[in-house]
Amino acid sequence: MSSEQLQAPPASPMTFLVAVAGNPNAGKTTLFNMLTGANHTVGNYPGVTVERREGMVASGPCRLRMVDLPGTYSLTAYSMEEVVARTVIVEEHPDIVLDVVDASNLERNLYLAMQLAEMERPMVLALNMHDIAVQRGIRIDMAKLSAYLGVPVVATVGHRRSGRTELLETLVRTGRGEIPQEPLRVKYGAVIEEAIEAVARTVAADAALSRVYSVRWLAVKLLEEDARAVERVRAEADGPTPVLDAAQRQVARILAREGEDPATLIAEHRYGHAAGVMRDCVRVSDRGTTVTDAIDTIVCNRFLGLAVVALVVFLTFKATFVLADGWRFIPWKGGWTTPVGVSAWFFEELLPGLTVRMGPGPLRSLIDDGVIAGVGGVMGFVPLIFFMFLFLALIEDSGYIARIAFVLDRVLRVFGLQGKSILALIVSGGIAGGCAVPGVLATRILREEKDRLTTMLVVPFMNCGAKMPVFAMLIAAFFSRWQGEMLWLLAALSWCFALLAALLLRKTVVRGGQTPFVMELPPYHIPVLRNILRSALERSWMYIRKAGTVILGVSILLWAFMYFPRSDARVFEARRTAAETALRTHLETTRFAHLTAGAGLRDTVQAARDAVEDRTEAARPDQAQARSLPELLARCARGLDRPDDPELQRAAEALARYLEAIDAIGADEARERLLHSFAGRLGRFLEPLASWAGFDWRDSIALIGGVAAKEVIVSTLGMAYHMGHAGQTAEGTGYQSLPLVRALRADPDWNALRALALILFVMLYAPCLVTVITIARESGSWRWAAFSTCYSTALAFAVAVLVYRVGLLFGLGT
Amino acid sequence: MSRTLAEAAQGVSVRITRMLPGGGAIRQRLLDMGVTKGTSLVVERRAPLGDPIEVLVKGYHLAIRRNEAALIEVDCE
Repeated sequence: MSSEQLQAPPASPMTFLVAVAGNPNAGKTTLFNMLTGANHTVGNYPGVTVERREGMVASGPCRLRMVDLPGTYSLTAYSMEEVVARTVIVEEHPDIVLDVVDASNLERNLYLAMQLAEMERPMVLALNMHDIAVQRGIRIDMAKLSAYLGVPVVATVGHRRSGRTELLETLVRTGRGEIPQEPLRVKYGAVIEEAIEAVARTVAADAALSRVYSVRWLAVKLLEEDARAVERVRAEADGPTPVLDAAQRQVARILAREGEDPATLIAEHRYGHAAGVMRDCVRVSDRGTTVTDAIDTIVCNRFLGLAVVALVVFLTFKATFVLADGWRFIPWKGGWTTPVGVSAWFFEELLPGLTVRMGPGPLRSLIDDGVIAGVGGVMGFVPLIFFMFLFLALIEDSGYIARIAFVLDRVLRVFGLQGKSILALIVSGGIAGGCAVPGVLATRILREEKDRLTTMLVVPFMNCGAKMPVFAMLIAAFFSRWQGEMLWLLAALSWCFALLAALLLRKTVVRGGQTPFVMELPPYHIPVLRNILRSALERSWMYIRKAGTVILGVSILLWAFMYFPRSDARVFEARRTAAETALRTHLETTRFAHLTAGAGLRDTVQAARDAVEDRTEAARPDQAQARSLPELLARCARGLDRPDDPELQRAAEALARYLEAIDAIGADEARERLLHSFAGRLGRFLEPLASWAGFDWRDSIALIGGVAAKEVIVSTLGMAYHMGHAGQTAEGTGYQSLPLVRALRADPDWNALRALALILFVMLYAPCLVTVITIARESGSWRWAAFSTCYSTALAFAVAVLVYRVGLLFGLGT
Repeated sequence: MSRTLAEAAQGVSVRITRMLPGGGAIRQRLLDMGVTKGTSLVVERRAPLGDPIEVLVKGYHLAIRRNEAALIEVDCE
């Protein structure tokens, strides 16, 4: 994986550093995957590749260390991606720049190629998606193109792995200097060339600058009045610098002579050259209507566009739930089950079964109630998360995500956002299963600071993958007949809250005007299954890893918070002894009197009960007394209608009473213990406030834990109710069979209204810790992170109270 | 008669005559995306609420808002 390759040994003479550059949607990431086999996502949305990826590939005696640069259209300081791309090329001095070019969109891709050539690093051009170009009747004379650009050109098709060998060979030969490089130097016309020379002279005279930068490239950047270049030059020189003076003079001179600023003229010249290349090297036969055009006629239609977006989002939900838990397609114990059924079995049956042999005590409680109930509660949702990521990747990879932005831009603008905010909103959970952390990071593609900040502050309202377990659990418990519909409603509500909050923020704390929107609508691709699976698996794995580390830690911490200090167990011990004595007295008058021999009646009953519940092997045969107990228990379970055998009936009744009493004592004790613990005290302290929204102290504990990570809510509730768990038998499948769902259903204090208030509170309240940290980092201020936490919690509480109170008025919640 | 891209009719090929002043950083972006003087454009379609618009430029599809389109002066071809 790439993380290991990052720690590759320092470059030996035969290791070449290759920077992979290219336009967004040029298939750069797919090509990078093809070359290195590295594991990462492939998107189709401009700007999806933000982080740095590396991979190592061996070719003959040489090794290529590949760095995947973010996809960019240009190398200005316009976006963070462009700054990252050019910084790598300037500061890391790659041995080769591999420019991945979309053959079916050559002209615009050449614009970047010319800027890369200007940076004076050896270059190789990969003419990617060559197959699509051919399909569209675009014929490219590669020899001519190579001669014109002065660099080697290789045709590739990333997703079909074609051109790999030739490309690797060309890279190695270029690295060794075996292929002459005469990169094209764009001529900008006499006036500008003169200016470039004048500025270049001052740059060359500056040792600090000329050591780092290509002199001509920096001169061009300064004439373009590139903000970052100017800033860097100013930082290098202390005080006024002849370089900047010269640049300013030249810019003014060009503006006066040409009536146009140099940046515009330079761009026009580059595109002029690109047009020249197109004329000389490319033949296009009439291509007619493309598939993309045909699809967009419907999908981006003025009347149908919005309906299609709504439909796609709805289908994503439905499909996710059908695949995860609505369709039994896994052969299981002689029948069939769903993926959720399998993972529930693993964490609810198999693992707890392993700890039954341990004696009761803090360690078993830690493992059962802390680790298994905590982490298991989260892991049970991996199938759901996986299918959601799968569909998200499908939408990204196909290119539809850009159409969503196009169709919704005007709508989002009403709320002070823009079409590109949609990516952040969707990644955060707009199509459920996202995560606010990458969502906050995805706001980087927003150019305008105010749009970016507003988006960042509202994305935590979306239904991220961590909230889904909470929703799914409560829906299974109280809205089981409308699973899909409820989730659709919750998604719609989260959008409403996010948009209204954005509007409110733009009217108050983040005031400001309109912002620009310029975005490519890339051609549709038939998604590559391998890429989509890889993306979904990788994101699911991140989720599992989070469950295994952060949530494990938090679970253990919360368990301790809920386990200590211990309350006095003597009262409950006395009640148990009393119940045991009563049972013994009753049994002694029947033919089952032999069962009471010895001291351990309580343990004997418990062992037999575990055996009946199939949690351990059958009781050992040498315990004669234990053998008839299962029979008795079976009678208890099956009802007591045996008038022909009054003795058996009496014994079974006594046993049933005993079991009931023991369970009640267990529940009371667990409740008492929780109340007595640190968590219980805090929860009770908050209860007067929380009860406005219908929450009790257990909800409060869970919600406090949820600030660390939202998954913790389910696990904490699980712990709170599992500690009072009293041996229910399994029924139903999937979520219906989760012990917590059954426990909440059975609890008279719980009802649909309280569940709804809790769902809404969870949807809106403080972002999880990692998101808060990310907001602080991305907004550059802890004040925004603190603001985000406070305003969302206040909003959540207000909404939960409102819903609960209004619900009560209408007689709901009983 | 010249007018801006924002006013151009759907499906008609137009040629950019001038980039109107203003626009700040978005100007550079438009240039980078190939929206330069002399380039041909076709307004392909409009989004459901009439904005943004989708234009065909240099063989690819670009979505821009009417506000940005108003910076681009065009002539019929």
